[in-house]
Amino acid sequence: MRIAKGILYAVGLPALLVLIWWVSTLGAKSFFVPTPGTLAATFAKTWFGDRLFSDVLPSILRLFVGVAAAIILGILAGLLIGSVRWLRALTEPVLEFFRAVPPPVLVPVLMLLMGISDSMKIVVIISGCIWPVLLNTIEGVRAIDGVLSDSAHTYGIGGWARVRYLVLPSAGPQILAGVRQCLSIGLILMVISEMFASSSGLGFTIVQFQRSFAVPEMWSGIVILGLIGVAMSFIFQFTERRILRWYHGLREVENAV
Amino acid sequence: MTKQTLGIAGILGFLLTWELIPRLGLVEARFLPPASEVLAALALDVQLTAFWAAVGETLVAWAIGLTSAALLAVVIGFLVGSSQFLRRFTNSTVEFLRPIPSVALIPLAVLLFGVKIESSLMLIIYASFWQVFIQVLYGVADVDNVAMQTARSYGLNMAARVRHVVFPTALPYLMTGVRLAASVALILAITAELVIGSPGLGREIALAQSGGAISGMYALILATGLIGVLINMLMRFIERKTLSWHSSIRSEVIV
Repeated sequence: MRIAKGILYAVGLPALLVLIWWVSTLGAKSFFVPTPGTLAATFAKTWFGDRLFSDVLPSILRLFVGVAAAIILGILAGLLIGSVRWLRALTEPVLEFFRAVPPPVLVPVLMLLMGISDSMKIVVIISGCIWPVLLNTIEGVRAIDGVLSDSAHTYGIGGWARVRYLVLPSAGPQILAGVRQCLSIGLILMVISEMFASSSGLGFTIVQFQRSFAVPEMWSGIVILGLIGVAMSFIFQFTERRILRWYHGLREVENAV
Repeated sequence: MTKQTLGIAGILGFLLTWELIPRLGLVEARFLPPASEVLAALALDVQLTAFWAAVGETLVAWAIGLTSAALLAVVIGFLVGSSQFLRRFTNSTVEFLRPIPSVALIPLAVLLFGVKIESSLMLIIYASFWQVFIQVLYGVADVDNVAMQTARSYGLNMAARVRHVVFPTALPYLMTGVRLAASVALILAITAELVIGSPGLGREIALAQSGGAISGMYALILATGLIGVLINMLMRFIERKTLSWHSSIRSEVIV
């Protein structure tokens, strides 16, 4: 009963919205809005053919490589900068500036410096995604509990063990908050880098549809980007819950008191 | 050395490295002009009306987009957040719509509005709405039960309860949401101008790049970064002012 209720809650509103959409496009023949049936048919036809291998998968691969590299680099640099006081003071204003630069303006710069290639698109993703991870890691490392840090010191825990058992766990929630931002920026940059300079990829294909006024195809492109976004957010939430299980448990206990 | 001197040293070091890379020929000056040249170009830009007009257009789109997104998000957020039923009913839809990247809407915006400010506004509002909305939902859900029941037993009506209990609880969350939305809105304002070509700094960057005015392009990028820094500072200032009564910044609000 409870599960049925949960499912009803989950599908209720989406079903209602699709119904409204279906009814409102039933009679009218709007140029901009396709009917749900057309969209579903176009979606299957457009994306489950050659395009899956020529456009969709390469885009996702670039996104994955870029985001993974940004996360690793961001955490490593963040650990270093966060634990050295003078380094943090030295780099802080410059990093604040780089974080404030809207990442898409990097596309024309990197186009100039690297030409148009796969590696340029990956570098675009890295250079936009790294800042939230880096700055959050720095913050997280800086905010380590003083008592814990001193205890670790007294027990002679240093080097890698200190990073593994003290620094990473206590900065973990902050780092993952940065990773979440990094994922959405990464998806945006993947699309933009392809809209700008490419002859393949999701962003390119969608703009191509729009320019040729293939409206149902364009909508199906928007849908596929949405699905990628949703899939990424689910994977992230799943991973976050596993990594931070201890943290959420702790919070529950604290909130219950 | 104090923190400030180190910070300034960091900036100078960064500029020096930037200056040296093209001077030593590590990267061709054609692609990465030395820092001095870019700063000179920026100093020249600052004296031009066209530059300030572009800045103005970007900031107008930013301000209109951010304000309307925040207002919408606050109204809908308070409505949805204060009802258990609505919260559960909308949850799956919100979780589905929120991760859709706003750039996916670029083709649609172009079809609907062309290269006008409305295209920028559509992207800005869509992206910043979710930032504020989610925070407002958290904030409204965080209302202390005891405070709410106290207000009830003192006979406060619905409007007064919202004004004196729900609103103060949700305000720190709301401010966090608005601060995040402010930088997202700037990113999308520039992106829309860059990709779609609606008027503003982003379009100037695209024009400078295709026209080969490379140091001009770098100068404009510097300018967008500086605007971003200023917006961050402004938002932090507003947050401090509005929350000066609040004893602590809540630890669960993630920056």
